[in-house]
Amino acid sequence: MALIHESDLEVKLLLEAIYEKYNYDFRNYALSSVKRRLASAMNHFSLLTLSRLQERVLHDPTFFHSLLQFLTVPTSEMFRDPAFFLALKEHIFPVLKTYPSIKLWIAGCSTGEEVYSYAILLKEAGLYDRTTIYATDINPVSLAKAEQGIFAADRLKDFSRNYQEAGGVGSLSDYLTSGYNSVLVDKELRKNVVFADHSLATDSVFSEMQLISCRNVLIYFNKELQNRAFGLFYDSLSRGGFLGLGSKESLKFSDYSEHFDELYRNEKIYQRKR
Amino acid sequence: MGNVDFAAAKGKYTAIVIGSSAGGIEALKSILMRIPEAYPLSIFVVQHLGARSPQTLVQFFSSICRAPVKEIEDKDFIKPGVIYFAPVGYHALVEGDFSFSLSVEEPVNYARPSIDVLMETVAEAYKEKAVGIILTGANHDGALGLKMIHDYGGMTVVQDPETAAFPAMPEAAIGEHQPTCILNLLEIGNVLESWS
Repeated sequence: MALIHESDLEVKLLLEAIYEKYNYDFRNYALSSVKRRLASAMNHFSLLTLSRLQERVLHDPTFFHSLLQFLTVPTSEMFRDPAFFLALKEHIFPVLKTYPSIKLWIAGCSTGEEVYSYAILLKEAGLYDRTTIYATDINPVSLAKAEQGIFAADRLKDFSRNYQEAGGVGSLSDYLTSGYNSVLVDKELRKNVVFADHSLATDSVFSEMQLISCRNVLIYFNKELQNRAFGLFYDSLSRGGFLGLGSKESLKFSDYSEHFDELYRNEKIYQRKR
Repeated sequence: MGNVDFAAAKGKYTAIVIGSSAGGIEALKSILMRIPEAYPLSIFVVQHLGARSPQTLVQFFSSICRAPVKEIEDKDFIKPGVIYFAPVGYHALVEGDFSFSLSVEEPVNYARPSIDVLMETVAEAYKEKAVGIILTGANHDGALGLKMIHDYGGMTVVQDPETAAFPAMPEAAIGEHQPTCILNLLEIGNVLESWS
């Protein structure tokens, strides 16, 4: 699949148009990967030029809805990077246990795999009942899937392995019921989860959190947007609140590196300074 | 060796991107050990890996290379003279401002990191100042990326399939376009070293 040869200017104009018309702000996403995803969409819809794509986007909201599925990256798995979850369980949960109530924000929850990973570990630690999980994303299709809590059965093996490595004490299937080709997450685990539309590019702080998880979302942002997101997280976290990032993400190149303590460098767990 | 005047090429290029797969570690060893300190070009490497941790790869090459070796980090700015390795499980991309970004999009050519992905963005960012190199491997990743470097005016080098532990990847690259040159590892090392 060839990368589009259109100029960066044309891509930026398209993103500006999308923002004006639909209020989805991709203007500060990392340009190289946006271009790849636009190229992928053009390929899928057999559109030869970016202008043809732009024409359809501006005049056809249904088409934009489809394009949105290309612009967001839904790759997710349960207990991704198990070492992260293990570190959370061993080092952060004991602190959370001292709070009467816990608010956890999963920013960029995608199709829900991470949401239920947290739900399960919190349940096993006896923390679930006092926790409210806010699971947000910009893609309504992903949010709907996340809310359903249905995953393909052939993913169970990988999920289970991750769950064990993350320090899961039982068996992952304890939390799932099997369907024909799929597994459904127990309703009990969805009880304290609020799914909502929220954009790190355009929206603001909505509640005070004790733990924020934003993993493999920030890599798709440029530096400016990453700074905006870190600012939101800083403003949302209670003092001493925790931030978890993806395994290759960090605060290092942002304006907020001094606002957080790096608690566990390899697992990317940070604490908001008091 | 062909009729390319490599000495004249000194100063012409700013970045080298190398892709290798099966048999790549040995091939990379012979090339990367030739790079001295204070080398004027940036070097990016995608080495397809099995389950081996990337830190081991960076640690290994750090211990034998004179030039500094780092893992590609999201949003890091690219410096000359550094050898950057793409991390396991992530695509690495170069942005127009010469910083890196990472992505967890689907594998490309069954690979993540994919050589094509990095080479395509290197071609766009560096244009005629890019050098692309394809080494040994068993799949076709990198063939299209290398062609794009060529299309943007950069220099393309393919390891001679007859000298490659796994010739399929060099052969696929040659199948996509006629590279600037087809060399063995010693010759590739000579060229790179001549640009010090």
